[in-house]
Amino acid sequence: MPTGQSEASVTPPTAPSDGGAVGDRAPAAEAPATSEAAAASGATAASEARQDADDASDTRRRVDNAAETEPLLRVTGLKKYFPIYGGLFRRQIGSVYAVDGVDFDVQRGETFALVGESGCGKTTLGRSLLRLTEPTAGKIMFGGQDISALSQDELRPVRRRMQIIFQDPFGSLNPRMPVSDIIGEGLLAQGVKDRKKRDKKVEDSLEIVGLRRDYTRRYPHEFSGGQRQRIGIARALALDPEFVVCDEPVSALDVSIQSQVLNLLVDLRRDFNLTYLFISHNLSVIQYFSDRVAVMYLGKIVEVGTVERLYKNARHPYTVALLSAIPEADPRRRKKRLVLKGDVPSPAAPPSGCRFHTRCWLREKLGNPERCSTEEPLLRVLETGHTSACHFAEDVSEQAVSQVVATQSVVETAVADPV
Amino acid sequence: MTETIELHVLGAPPPDDILLDVRNLRTIFHVMDGDVPAVDGVSFQLRPGRSIGIVGESGSGKSVTALTIMRLLDIPPAEVGADSEIWFDGKELLRMPMDSMRKLRGNDIAMIFQEPLTSLNPVFTIGDQIAEQVEIHLKVKRKEAWDRAIESLKLVGIPSPERRVKQYPHEMSGGMRQRVMIAMALSCEPKLLIADEPTTALDVTIQAQILELLKTIQDRTDSALMLITHDLGVVAEMVEDVVVMYAGQVVETGTVEQVLLEPRAPYTMGLIESIPTVDKRGGRLSVIKGTVPSPFNLPPACRFEPRCPYAWDLCRNVPPELYPTDQASQFARCHLHTPAGETRRSAALDVHEKAMTVGRDVRGPA
Repeated sequence: MPTGQSEASVTPPTAPSDGGAVGDRAPAAEAPATSEAAAASGATAASEARQDADDASDTRRRVDNAAETEPLLRVTGLKKYFPIYGGLFRRQIGSVYAVDGVDFDVQRGETFALVGESGCGKTTLGRSLLRLTEPTAGKIMFGGQDISALSQDELRPVRRRMQIIFQDPFGSLNPRMPVSDIIGEGLLAQGVKDRKKRDKKVEDSLEIVGLRRDYTRRYPHEFSGGQRQRIGIARALALDPEFVVCDEPVSALDVSIQSQVLNLLVDLRRDFNLTYLFISHNLSVIQYFSDRVAVMYLGKIVEVGTVERLYKNARHPYTVALLSAIPEADPRRRKKRLVLKGDVPSPAAPPSGCRFHTRCWLREKLGNPERCSTEEPLLRVLETGHTSACHFAEDVSEQAVSQVVATQSVVETAVADPV
Repeated sequence: MTETIELHVLGAPPPDDILLDVRNLRTIFHVMDGDVPAVDGVSFQLRPGRSIGIVGESGSGKSVTALTIMRLLDIPPAEVGADSEIWFDGKELLRMPMDSMRKLRGNDIAMIFQEPLTSLNPVFTIGDQIAEQVEIHLKVKRKEAWDRAIESLKLVGIPSPERRVKQYPHEMSGGMRQRVMIAMALSCEPKLLIADEPTTALDVTIQAQILELLKTIQDRTDSALMLITHDLGVVAEMVEDVVVMYAGQVVETGTVEQVLLEPRAPYTMGLIESIPTVDKRGGRLSVIKGTVPSPFNLPPACRFEPRCPYAWDLCRNVPPELYPTDQASQFARCHLHTPAGETRRSAALDVHEKAMTVGRDVRGPA
């Protein structure tokens, strides 16, 4: 395998990327500009030209909030409530507000990340986009077409273009099916009736994800976790999708396998011009992998921005706390972290006003202003150029954070839950 | 169940300033398909009040090491090597009668598990469970034990502990349960706390709470900490010394700074290079090629050799030992650190340095 890297020539979009194969231990990131260029294409290349100076230091393709081009995916007011039944007649006594009014766009060729803790609704959101769970309300425009109102039959041709990679490589592959059926099932559903054609496509997909063509007759249990995840990826790719939802694709894998799969996803994004919705709780992986990121808390998006802006200039107290909580693998960077109090409230009974106010360090620092618990903050554009849903986003600063960190009592971070 | 191991003349006990001395620990599982050497010749030491991190991927033997120290494995199917020794506080644990071991557990050595829900008994209240062990180990009356239970819940920051002691595990959140586990572990003021992936099942903001809590309490009670994790970030935050395990063996030991900043075993180097960071954006991540070998089919000499970018003939023929490196108190199981590997070593370190400097330049000094 060629390990040499062509020098960074920023000529989109066909420049060969770094030629390292999986297994190549040549130093990473020698020529970020190269694969940046390669990854960019179509609408992305166009919007790349509109980069403002702030982002110029970053060599990767960049797509900013309000692109003039039609986004591949536009979500407006998406809601998904799960009913809770109970009482004598098993009537609905409440709802879990898993996703509660979410708007965002995903540009063609972009990798848009959703980050949040368990229960924040990120997986439900990802599934709702594909209508694997039926949204309660809201509109999903995909490639200019409103897919939220389509019938199952009408949906089928759209489904080919949008695929999903699941988190758990053990639970998401049917143990009784050979690989050929696992990958070929989608093709069959899409009307590829010719077995030979299907098998050829299955073998091609296996090869693309770095597995051997003759693995088709094997069963999932014969593979390691990393290989299974590759099969899951091959299944998604077999239909030549444009848009892939990656739901925690590496979090079930061992550290040394994670980077192999991430590299594969980067290669595929470049080679097939894929648009990803990347769902993860791992902020380091998102920072490496994504262009823009939306932070979710209890069914709402609380902050959206390019990775550079959000990681450098987080303006929502929850994002700040999330970032502060990541343990870095560098003992020189041991830090006193900003530790949030209490647990995530139940999405069946979200707090009033700002949903984060019960755990918010900024609210406490500002003397618990009433507005936080009475008025729901809407996403608004800040002077940093990204959007945040906090009434007091302008008060978030490094100084404020360090003041809070210096005075917090680490032990007393558990909070009495309302009885 | 074999309670003691015969036919082995014990070595001398370690000096007083060594709390835990694991010597040539070998744990083999006899299963249907054959023998699995889950832990194969692991040795390390821990001083009182210090903290050590055992790092490795799944199947590396890190949890089995802890379970063997606690003697929580069923023998058979497990078998502990006849020449293995575990010295704790001047006593040899593997040959200790089971009832003395039971007294030690929870009292002098306590353990926290990954999933607090499965390690708490669902049919007893939190208070019952903490008080029970206080009663047994500290030989106090029921009333006093309950007071102590409330006290220890307060110590780990659980609000209104008087009410909480009467609750059942299912009434609490994951973070709260892990706090209970810590309270329980610390209620008898153990000399050694073993935490096996204590935060892996938790969300990151809750993980931050628990890690900070563990650190604070370890400082306060002065117990030694053995932290088992696969997360290099957690290791960097929490411990002073690190043991890196791969396929049942220790492949590198040293201080946390040495191992994470200047690793000397190719496996550790590869792990650290593969961590996604902002500086690698748009570029490729370094990877360790291949997968962890099957325990039934381990490479004959160096177990990392098939995946190692620096391996040569010697690595295929002679099993490496833990050799001293160019840095004091750091050891690596790699032929690079023998005279035969000298020229290759500097080349390897250069490659690693290059892979890592990308990050350092951009970020600037810490």
